[in-house]
Amino acid sequence: MNKTSNPAELAEISKRVRRHILEMITAAKSGHPGGSLSATEVVVTLFFDIMKHDPANPKWKDRDRFILGKGHACPVLYSTMAEAGYTPVDQLTTFRRLGSIYQGHPDVRFIPALEASTGSLGEGLSVGLGMALAAKLDGSPSRTFVVLGDGEIQEGQVWEAAMFGAFHKIDNIVCIVDYNKIQLDGFVKDIMPLDPLVDKWTSFGWHVIDIDGHDINAVQKAFHDAEAVKGKPVVILANTVKGKGVSFMENNPKWHGSAPSREECELALKELA
Amino acid sequence: MAVSRKYELKIGPATREAFGKALVELGQKNPNVVVCDADLSKSTMTTFFAKEFPERFFQCGIAEANMVAIGAGLSAAGKIAFVSSFSAFVVNKGFEQLRVTAAYPNVNLKVVGTHSGISIGEDGPSQMSIEDLSLACNLPGFVVMAPCDEVSMKACIHLVADHVGPAFVRAGRSKAAHVYEAGAKFEIGGSNELLSGKDVAIFANGLLVAEALKAAEQLDAAGISARVIDLYSIKPIDRAALERASKECGAIVVVEEHLKDTGIGTRVAQVCAETTPCIMEFVGVDNTYAESGTPEAVIEKYGLLAKNVVEAVHKVLARKK
Ligand SMILES: Cc1ncc(C[n+]2csc(CCOP(=O)(O)OP(=O)(O)O)c2C)c(N)n1
Repeated sequence: MNKTSNPAELAEISKRVRRHILEMITAAKSGHPGGSLSATEVVVTLFFDIMKHDPANPKWKDRDRFILGKGHACPVLYSTMAEAGYTPVDQLTTFRRLGSIYQGHPDVRFIPALEASTGSLGEGLSVGLGMALAAKLDGSPSRTFVVLGDGEIQEGQVWEAAMFGAFHKIDNIVCIVDYNKIQLDGFVKDIMPLDPLVDKWTSFGWHVIDIDGHDINAVQKAFHDAEAVKGKPVVILANTVKGKGVSFMENNPKWHGSAPSREECELALKELA
Repeated sequence: MAVSRKYELKIGPATREAFGKALVELGQKNPNVVVCDADLSKSTMTTFFAKEFPERFFQCGIAEANMVAIGAGLSAAGKIAFVSSFSAFVVNKGFEQLRVTAAYPNVNLKVVGTHSGISIGEDGPSQMSIEDLSLACNLPGFVVMAPCDEVSMKACIHLVADHVGPAFVRAGRSKAAHVYEAGAKFEIGGSNELLSGKDVAIFANGLLVAEALKAAEQLDAAGISARVIDLYSIKPIDRAALERASKECGAIVVVEEHLKDTGIGTRVAQVCAETTPCIMEFVGVDNTYAESGTPEAVIEKYGLLAKNVVEAVHKVLARKK
């Protein structure tokens, strides 16, 4: 795979990934566009710039690991992994169909290169902490990256994990909260507000980096800064826009879990040309 | 009771929709009814209640275990609290809370799990509940019900609301065929014989009742008389109907959208073993997790169609000889 640190190239890849996301959800007639589009720069920057991994050797022992806690956003993960060479790009549109490797939520039975099967929100950070802890025990340089949804962190388990990570000084993990301010039933502020979120994570013993999650320079810098933090885990609050890149999907809870029609998809693709 | 009639099985609303509507009826009837949901109200259809009675609806966010215990607290303090989410989340994530805050102190909590079974299709195994009935039956004192259509769901929701004690009701995502006409009778611990028959008795619940009825029609054409029983009440279970079926038909097939190893089949077998044993076959999810696909494709691949019921009946009848 062609890794790159060039923000312009990462932006190009992000655009391709967004197009895949729309194509696959449209073809499947179901899926979750909003939270896939909001996490695109973060996931692409991880796979194409930050993480040490090898699509030709996915089980390489010292690889960096990635877990998508908010498994419903798997179109962004599948598209990015396909672009990186893990899985076939031309099968992306089989998403959610019987027999497809691109299951409705990430499923290690179908794509062994995935680190975890997710879809039940709130579990990814704990699993990631276990993996990061194992790397420490093994003296491995491996880092673990876990992307959570903002709604997802309403799960109590996330905060149990947060305490564990800080107490055990697990500094080879980076948790990214895709802070797009929207969940399923509506806006986070109306469902179960999280603010002050920086203070919450700080008080749980985490080093907090607060950024614009669509600014690739900022995303790159955040991951580099995270690596320099020793003795405590790092959380990046990636402030994002749900549905980013498609004007009629942006900031609209309707696009959490509904598929665009073919016509809507064409409109969206024009905006991402 | 035994009504032999032809079932048209016209497609009706999903049982989750019937649940949502029944909650509104309850809300109108009883100001003591309150509802909690965990960021899925648009899917569980508790949103109908939320719109009608915003002051009695409590959004818990994505935190099912907490929601169960909050509901238990509301109930313990005298409310009739309904808590709802996908079955896979409210039962699995909330199991410990169901056990210690609701079942053990015998609190008047009502739990409704929607999107049950594997017929949710595209979302895949993380959202599919194939163990909820068995887990719910592992909660001493809980009433456990799995109605099959709009009429029976509404009836069951009213039944569990009137019942004093904890209850779990299982609802589905996809549209459900009409099995019952308005006014049909249901009771906690009851069952309904939908077709009379003497060669084999088929017990089913939820969406698979319709498949059992289709199977019976096919069997009828082959000269096999199949009794079909809707086992909508799983706990307590209708022991008399089971014993009668076992005695009169001498062969039973149990059909369920649930893990075969621990589902209603095991309860049916236990009751028959305690009363009148007979040979049995089981149709269900066989020691596996399913996968994504259209509901139809998933149900077919995992063997939960009328043709699978027919096959099981032939198997059980071959053993009967
Ligand atoms: C335990 C659990 N409860 C409920 C759901 C159903 N669900 C799927 S996505 C979602 C909302 C997620 O919101 P958020 O984490 O903010 O994700 P994003 O907005 O980034 O898509 C819910 C409630 C689930 N998948 N898992």
